[in-house]
Amino acid sequence: MKSTTMKRRTFGALTTGALVAAAGAPQAADKKVLRFVQNGNLTILDPIWTTAYVTRNHGYFIYDTLFAMDEHNAIKPQMVDKHEVSADKTLWTFTLREGLEWHDGKPVTSEDCIASIKRWGARDTMGQKLMDFVKEMTAVDPRTFTMQLKEPYGLVLDSLGKPSSNVPFMMPKAVAETDPFKQISSQIGSGPFIYVNAESKPGEKHVYLKNPKYKPRSDAPSGLAGGKVVKVDRVEIIEMPDPQQQVNAIIAGEIDLIEQPPHDLLPVLKADKGVTPVNWNPLGQQFILRLNHVQPPFNNPKIRLAALHCMRQEDYLKATVGSPEYYKVCGAAFVCGTPNAFDAPNGMLVKPDFEKSKALLKEAGYDGTPVVLMQSTTLPVLTNTAPVTKSLLEQGGFKVDMQSMDWQTLVTRRTKKDPPSQGGWNVFHTFSVAADILNPISCTYMAANGDKAWFGWPTDPTMEKLRDSYTKETDPAKAKELAHAVQNRALETAQYGWIGQWYGPGVARKNVTGWLNAPVPVMWNISKA
Amino acid sequence: MIDFIARRLVSIIPVLAVVAIFVFLMLRLTPGDPAAVIAGDNATSDQIALIRTKLGLDLPIWQQFFIWLGDILRGNFGESFFFKKTVVDLIAQRLQPTLALSICTLIIAVTTAVPLGVIAAYRNGSLLDRFVMGFSVLGFSLPTFVIGYCLIYIFAIDLGWLPVQGYTRIEVDFWGFVEHIILPSITLGIIYVALIARITRASVLEVLNEDYIRTARAKGLSNRVVLMRHALRNAAVPILTVIGIGIALLIGGAVVTETVYGLPGLGRLTVEAVLSRDFPTIQAVILMFSVVYVVINLLIDISYTLFDPRIRY
Repeated sequence: MKSTTMKRRTFGALTTGALVAAAGAPQAADKKVLRFVQNGNLTILDPIWTTAYVTRNHGYFIYDTLFAMDEHNAIKPQMVDKHEVSADKTLWTFTLREGLEWHDGKPVTSEDCIASIKRWGARDTMGQKLMDFVKEMTAVDPRTFTMQLKEPYGLVLDSLGKPSSNVPFMMPKAVAETDPFKQISSQIGSGPFIYVNAESKPGEKHVYLKNPKYKPRSDAPSGLAGGKVVKVDRVEIIEMPDPQQQVNAIIAGEIDLIEQPPHDLLPVLKADKGVTPVNWNPLGQQFILRLNHVQPPFNNPKIRLAALHCMRQEDYLKATVGSPEYYKVCGAAFVCGTPNAFDAPNGMLVKPDFEKSKALLKEAGYDGTPVVLMQSTTLPVLTNTAPVTKSLLEQGGFKVDMQSMDWQTLVTRRTKKDPPSQGGWNVFHTFSVAADILNPISCTYMAANGDKAWFGWPTDPTMEKLRDSYTKETDPAKAKELAHAVQNRALETAQYGWIGQWYGPGVARKNVTGWLNAPVPVMWNISKA
Repeated sequence: MIDFIARRLVSIIPVLAVVAIFVFLMLRLTPGDPAAVIAGDNATSDQIALIRTKLGLDLPIWQQFFIWLGDILRGNFGESFFFKKTVVDLIAQRLQPTLALSICTLIIAVTTAVPLGVIAAYRNGSLLDRFVMGFSVLGFSLPTFVIGYCLIYIFAIDLGWLPVQGYTRIEVDFWGFVEHIILPSITLGIIYVALIARITRASVLEVLNEDYIRTARAKGLSNRVVLMRHALRNAAVPILTVIGIGIALLIGGAVVTETVYGLPGLGRLTVEAVLSRDFPTIQAVILMFSVVYVVINLLIDISYTLFDPRIRY
């Protein structure tokens, strides 16, 4: 960085004839500025209004949470100092830490938190479930509030400490009272950074300053929990859509961190002495194969099962990620390496059984009508999944009509319940960050309540009963058994396919240290030498 | 002349009306739902439907059209679905990098290409002429991103003379601005140098065979005066046309260069808006581009009269 800047300044002086002074001054200041490139542009600044990951990341800069997930996937208090639950497990009492302040200097109060939980509860799937159980929330005093439940609910802390979209961020009452379907207009939080509206230009950069009044917890940082100690003065999110340009910029020292460069550029980065890969999200991500339960042929459970018997995770992972260093064949719906991880029985989704698929198709009377497979061509990580599915399904006796389109067209078309011949669909792929799919409630793909379920609209009362039992179970061991039952049920009914776990490391310049292992790229604890 | 300019300005109105209707219908008939993009990947159908209602996208198309038309006539171009800013503010914020890139590209292109074209025509068939023609073909053939990445590798990464990406506003730091705009302007300039040099050469070559050039030479005028005052001036109309169209294309089409160099300009804004189906932004940007095209064409027509007194409106 130093030599590049010097050369540049010398070049500037020579070519322009001007004396470009103080070349060293910006470098000294530079150590306190962290420049970060995310996957995608940050346009919406309301993390309750959208589930977009870039907006969730913005939320972690400026807001704080009552609870947070540590690096061992345990939920720990964050803004909360202490919490108690009554013997009948229906009354929860939360006390906030002392001295919490909003960015405008006002104290954080119980009423702020109640309003924030309500707004989040109106939008988030897990929040909605929690609110179904909440009878009332009451502010006992400025630092204490209670949550009275109608009946015991096993996921109170998991909900309030939900790590990914939508995250229950705490906002000032006046902001949190905004209609949940309208964007907030204030960016005041109580988090470790302050958003600088005047300097931020969407499409160009977003600027965050260290919050000097933020009081980190005294415990060591761990995942999203623990002490959020900010070690730089300022973070700039630089909007840079071209991955090759991100790589050029980090090699030249113009940026410090990239959230997740494409896998094919990692060898270039590894070869450079100035940068290093950082596997900041050790849980990774998971590919999903979604089937449409309301249209033939996948309205027939046998035909859905035939499709799942064609799956071979490794084919997807090789085609999309490439190097085994960055993927894992994993039969667990709730992500390998987490408390609810169970292997799928008989190697299902891992080892294909094409003969079984053909037999099931014959039994079900599949008439050979091609299934419409939507391929997204604009999200590089998903582009190769559809051709793999086409090949695997054809080997299992299906006829496949793969239709290519951009991701925005796909996300619109997937909302249509019409027959594929009239603009509907049969199959598509997506992927989820592991933190979003760690249990049967946060994993939207497991919902089987028909029209209210995620696209594909599975209807299965047995699955819904199992998920309900999971929510009410307060014994962790029993809850784990229920999560296992949910996964088994999803396979029995061929609700959807989890088709491979993969990792996308970030990249940091070597003078940048302290990037924490967490499901979200967080900027506290990072120092720049 | 004033009458001509007035007539041309009035003729912009029906052009814009047709463009407006076409853009509106095209966007609404293209698959893609901004509400689905806004809601994010984990949102359910119900959540997306609520956002559609909030944005007024569930109204019949004709109703949406009249609401939009009414707003436009009142000078209200609406608010971006995504950026929570008025479209006018958004365009104003992104205008400077694109204008700077266009102007610098044009300066590089015109100052290099016109002399090159004139000399190539004068030395028709020489090594220099063949070099200029060869460069022209190369300039057209190489995609912008290839030129861009090569220049970045040489001047930014290897030599470290210039920054890889980004943009510094001229009012914030003039030298920073210069540093950031040089490489993108050269990258884009190469194509325009190729185009303008070729047209200049062809036009000047045609004029050089005219009787009045022979007369000028017979009068004993120097080569410089013959070329600059007689040949180039008479060959100016096609050159001005290509430069004018070049400006319009530059303002509307610097997408690849802006992406490669991370310039936050209108080209990138348009791509982002199209990918996220941000209807108000796309509509306003396209309308603005249409105005730019019409106005530049008008300026080209006016400039003809300066170079060729025979042309009168």
